[in-house]
Amino acid sequence: MTLIAERPGVVGHPDEPEHEHGPTGIMKWITSTDHKVIGKSYLITSLVFFCMAGIMAIMMRTQLVSPDNTIVSQHTYNELFTMHGSLMLYLFAGPFAFGGVANYLVPLQVGAPDMAFPRLNALSYWLYLGGGVTMIAGFLTVGGAADFGWVAYAPLSDAVNSPGAGPDMWIVALLLTGFSAIFTGVNIVTTVFYLRAPGMTMFRVPIFTWNMVVTGILILLAFPVLTAALVMLWADRHLGTHIYSVAGGGVPVLWQNLFWFFGHPEVYILALPYFGMVTEVLPVFSRKPVFGYRGMVFATIAIGALSTSVWAHHMFTTGVVLLPFFSLMSYLIAVPTGIKFFNWIGTMWRGSLKFDTPMLFAVGFLIVFLFGGVTGIFLASPPIDFATHDTYFVVAHFHEVLFGSAVFGGFSGLYYWYPKMFGRMLRESLGKASFWFMFVGFWVTFMPQYLLGLHGMPRRIAEYSASTGWTTLNRVSTAGSYLLFIAVAIMVVNAYVSWRRPIQAPANPWDGHTLEWATSSPPPHHNFYRLPPIRSERPLWDFNHPEHTVRKYEEQRHGAVPAVAPAGAAPAGVAAGPSDGGDAR
Amino acid sequence: MKTESYLLLLFAAFGAVICAVYWFTSYEDAGTVMLAAFGLLGLLPGGYYFWWSRRMTPRPEDDPEATHAQAAGVVGAFPSTSIWPFVLGLAALLVALPLVFGFWTAILGFTLAISAVIGVIVESRRGGVL
Repeated sequence: MTLIAERPGVVGHPDEPEHEHGPTGIMKWITSTDHKVIGKSYLITSLVFFCMAGIMAIMMRTQLVSPDNTIVSQHTYNELFTMHGSLMLYLFAGPFAFGGVANYLVPLQVGAPDMAFPRLNALSYWLYLGGGVTMIAGFLTVGGAADFGWVAYAPLSDAVNSPGAGPDMWIVALLLTGFSAIFTGVNIVTTVFYLRAPGMTMFRVPIFTWNMVVTGILILLAFPVLTAALVMLWADRHLGTHIYSVAGGGVPVLWQNLFWFFGHPEVYILALPYFGMVTEVLPVFSRKPVFGYRGMVFATIAIGALSTSVWAHHMFTTGVVLLPFFSLMSYLIAVPTGIKFFNWIGTMWRGSLKFDTPMLFAVGFLIVFLFGGVTGIFLASPPIDFATHDTYFVVAHFHEVLFGSAVFGGFSGLYYWYPKMFGRMLRESLGKASFWFMFVGFWVTFMPQYLLGLHGMPRRIAEYSASTGWTTLNRVSTAGSYLLFIAVAIMVVNAYVSWRRPIQAPANPWDGHTLEWATSSPPPHHNFYRLPPIRSERPLWDFNHPEHTVRKYEEQRHGAVPAVAPAGAAPAGVAAGPSDGGDAR
Repeated sequence: MKTESYLLLLFAAFGAVICAVYWFTSYEDAGTVMLAAFGLLGLLPGGYYFWWSRRMTPRPEDDPEATHAQAAGVVGAFPSTSIWPFVLGLAALLVALPLVFGFWTAILGFTLAISAVIGVIVESRRGGVL
């Protein structure tokens, strides 16, 4: 049924609770085009893939716990690290951010009733689910799942070296999820450009939404290249073309060029949304506006632009790339990232900090990502990269960057927005336990891997001999990975507890700044009955704390509109519960 | 609309500059083509937005002083339920699977895709029911 969405007014609309009159249960899941339902579907699906990939990681760490271990075969080990990487990068980290959290929040943050193209949004979820299931189903084929690493380098990925249906299913899965990402990118950019609420100029849009705009543009830039490269790979495997094989006059390194031209923007597609999430969390729990709003926006744009011209730093050891160019560009990207760190610290500086679970995860993100970023600067230097390429040093580096953003940042966002999405609170005690297990487990897992890399342990090996002296460090790393498993298990228990014994979430449990907290938890169909006036980048804070409202906005308005809206004009959520988050729980 | 166009044009300008720098330092084809395409990705929509932003009536979302009353009225039509995205997604899966298995799923896939396209158009025309 098509509904015509009217603009919510400041006054005039009654606060009638609107009943859901659509289908329920499995039909709601299948037929809904509401961005909130699709966002939650994306969120839960991507977390299921996250758990699957996590179990694969545990199996790999268990295999490596002692020398010459034979828990899994070499072949199975190859499948495990390929699918672990593919699931985490293609099916969890990206879709969780732009399909799950952004899908749910971007319309709410800009004050829109839905995404710009609701049916396209639903289509992108079904493409994602179909692709994900196809990828996993590779394990059921005779030859097993794809086993050439998540980067599928030619000539390892050709029909001779990787025969069978599993690799083809991997290709099909990436084609489908690639289109799903492109559709979501189009949807997000269009929504922000065309469906903002009155007064919500581009420089008042929350930082999370800004980061999603840049992410959307990066998706449009990167994923078509991957799709084209995959179609050519498939043609090489089945149609007898020789695009990537030397035998027929092709160029194997062309695959690397195409893949990493997708792959490096992809890394920022996976990182920028999580930067956005912690940028939403830090100001709210510091009870200050974000420090350097415009600096944050321009840093995001700079990271997005620079991410297009650093791809070959993954290919330093091929010997056919221009080392100075890519080394310099990779160093340059540290500058906008440094600006972001400066602003994050500036946001917390002299704020009145509240260490609730989202804030703990956000601070954990800052520490973990900083270490990952610094080792990234090491690796941008070709001499160091030559020594550490394809060792565990690189493995530790990218886990620190990606685990830091997608899991610490992602869980920060999940704990922060879970009350809004599901209308119930998560338990703080379990959340804090989850954080500490994860934080300790993280360092215990990945610090030994840096040392292993410096001792020369190559990545992607299933066995090593005792004479290498890598046993102790591998034992420590495996112990840490079990702590990470416990941390995620506590998170699952927390969700289960909140499902069985719900604590009702108020509309604005954290005393948030942005528009999503101005509506009820969970929001009604078409999101808003009323909106507060939008006069800064944190309209809801201005509305709830008129005494703090910045002087200049009042002066700009020449006193024509009172700083506090009339009593009857309270946003739907604010009237429902106390706005001071500290007491509301 | 101006800010949006400047954002895209900024990407276009960066793409053009970096493309030129990359070509004259490396003379490598694949990367140069992709960087040029990146510049065009910013230029085409950005140029159109820029052209249009000088002709359109100003929008309340670009006005820092706009009130909600100024923009009262219909935002747009948003379908709340539709079976066709699911059908189209299933069709896409069935059309893609012949890359691995036999061609027969594609027949079913194309049938479903055509019916889904018809379904979406009909739904849009009449306001749509499930």
